[in-house]
Amino acid sequence: MTCPVTIRIQEDDFDIAREISVLTSSRTDIGAVVSFSGICRADEDSAKVAALTLEHYPGMAEEEIRRHADEAMARWPLDGITVIHRVGRLMPGQNIVLVVTASQHRQAAFAAAEFLMDYLKTSAPFWKKEESATGTGWVEAHARDDEAAARWTKS
Amino acid sequence: MKVKYFAWVRERVGKAEETIEPPASVRTVEELIAWLSGQSEAYAHAFEKPKVIRAAIDRAHVKQDAAIAGAREIAFFPPMTGG
Repeated sequence: MTCPVTIRIQEDDFDIAREISVLTSSRTDIGAVVSFSGICRADEDSAKVAALTLEHYPGMAEEEIRRHADEAMARWPLDGITVIHRVGRLMPGQNIVLVVTASQHRQAAFAAAEFLMDYLKTSAPFWKKEESATGTGWVEAHARDDEAAARWTKS
Repeated sequence: MKVKYFAWVRERVGKAEETIEPPASVRTVEELIAWLSGQSEAYAHAFEKPKVIRAAIDRAHVKQDAAIAGAREIAFFPPMTGG
């Protein structure tokens, strides 16, 4: 079985239905697809967010996602992985990130999608800058994201 | 070696990348941070809390005790907030 891996970092929006279809069309061995989309939220710690600007480290961001996609494939029997992360200025309600995982059965697809998202938040080199009525500032990393990623290293 | 800065580290340093030639006595990432901090107020401000700074050598995460010998590209940035 092949497991196509697509990793894209782009300013443009993505089409979730199309990305799922790319993974599943022309094959009949896939029984489960999980997709996670992260969306720009307007309410952050009681402040109204007007926009987010996402910065990334070109080259390393793709490589870091690829390393975790490889690890996901080693851990679970996957039949497809797509990760798309947007950069640039995004408004509340707009898509930020998409993770799609495909497998024969749902458990692997669910687990791999969660694993990839947890590592995207803590180790892929992206940074968010927030604009609100009170000014602009870089979003601080949350300990809860480190904790979420750390559970995958427990035996 | 080429050095890259991202997010608020970039803003505080005032540039996205540069080529530097630290003295041979600077052997680790931690020592490079200390050396850069001594170069100007801007670097000192960027690295005022050195433990918070994350580093990558040739596009892979490293700890601050990592050796910089042979590195082509070193990057400094705050904890990541993507996803």
